[in-house]
Amino acid sequence: MFFPISNTHIDPIYLAVVGFLIGILGGFFGVGGSFIAGPALRLMGMDWNYAVGTDLAHIVGKSIVAARQHRTLGNVDLKLGFFMAFGTIGGAECGAQLIQVLKRAGNVNTVVSWVAIVVYFSIAVFMLWESQKTLRSGKERLPSKHLKDDHSAFGPVTQKIQRLRIWPMISLPTSGIQEISLWTILLVAFVGGFFSGFLGGGAGYIRMPSMVYVLGIPTHLAVGTDLFEIVISASYGTFTHAVKGNVDILIALVMHTGAVIGAQIGVVATQYFAGPKIRLAFVPLPLLGAAIVVYTLVTGHKL
Amino acid sequence: MKKATAKSLRAFAIELAIYAVFVTAYFFLVLHLLGEWLYHLEAQHRYTYAVVALLLIAGQAVVLDAVTALLFRFLRSRVR
Repeated sequence: MFFPISNTHIDPIYLAVVGFLIGILGGFFGVGGSFIAGPALRLMGMDWNYAVGTDLAHIVGKSIVAARQHRTLGNVDLKLGFFMAFGTIGGAECGAQLIQVLKRAGNVNTVVSWVAIVVYFSIAVFMLWESQKTLRSGKERLPSKHLKDDHSAFGPVTQKIQRLRIWPMISLPTSGIQEISLWTILLVAFVGGFFSGFLGGGAGYIRMPSMVYVLGIPTHLAVGTDLFEIVISASYGTFTHAVKGNVDILIALVMHTGAVIGAQIGVVATQYFAGPKIRLAFVPLPLLGAAIVVYTLVTGHKL
Repeated sequence: MKKATAKSLRAFAIELAIYAVFVTAYFFLVLHLLGEWLYHLEAQHRYTYAVVALLLIAGQAVVLDAVTALLFRFLRSRVR
């Protein structure tokens, strides 16, 4: 089918299936799934600037549903989400502006591809290392009623970050954090927002691990709060990218139809897994995205 | 336990089939009715297009979520 806004031919069934798979990932891991969606659109011959903008639009719809379901399960720290929104929006605008600069320079596809490969690969390697170390420590052997109890091998570093006393300090009772610098939260949010604006999606692949490892948020709360944050960053990202001519909303609408049902499955699945196991299962996904980007970069054409 | 899982899976399969029919009809309705209009809006009024795009995706999210939740509830009560 021809989509005139982005001047692309894509099978709507392909879009719905990609949306469905991303919906499961979003509900389960609390990530927007852009490390799959962006490369999947690129694989169909779409330019990166359109892949980024369209993916952001599709993620708005998906995240609204998933965030609402996580809120019902008590997995959202609203206070943290509110503070993070400021850093997220600033970062998203900077990311979108950089895309515009690269678009004008005529090398948006090459630069974004390389950044995507490096980012996706780094995340997978780090999460593999951390979750394996945590699982090996044996502490994760908890009775099923303690599935939501969480710990991380990165704990000592997290504690050092939490001890940084840069005014203003705030408390996050829902996440069990007595005191943390507001600047740490804003920095984590800004970096997440930047990657959201630059690589598309909600950048949950950066924000979710950062919330767990840097801020020390329990994984289940990080998943829910990250989704809440994705609604904000992706909405802003969609608006600013649409104004810049980078959004094909028809493609986003079709992808989203598959994502709705996938998200329901993903959210239910989080109730049956402990934190480190969720993080370990996350590892192959950014690698898959990186592999698709490498393919499009090497071959220089679509499937 | 296994019986309950099998029932849930059956309900889910039925839901998926009904949902697929709805979505296919919706695809063509949206693509045919809005396609041309959105294309011109994107070319001529970018700010309006940006707002409309956000409203469309958010509206679709809320409506489809309500439809799937309703389907799930209806099918589960029928399977029991």
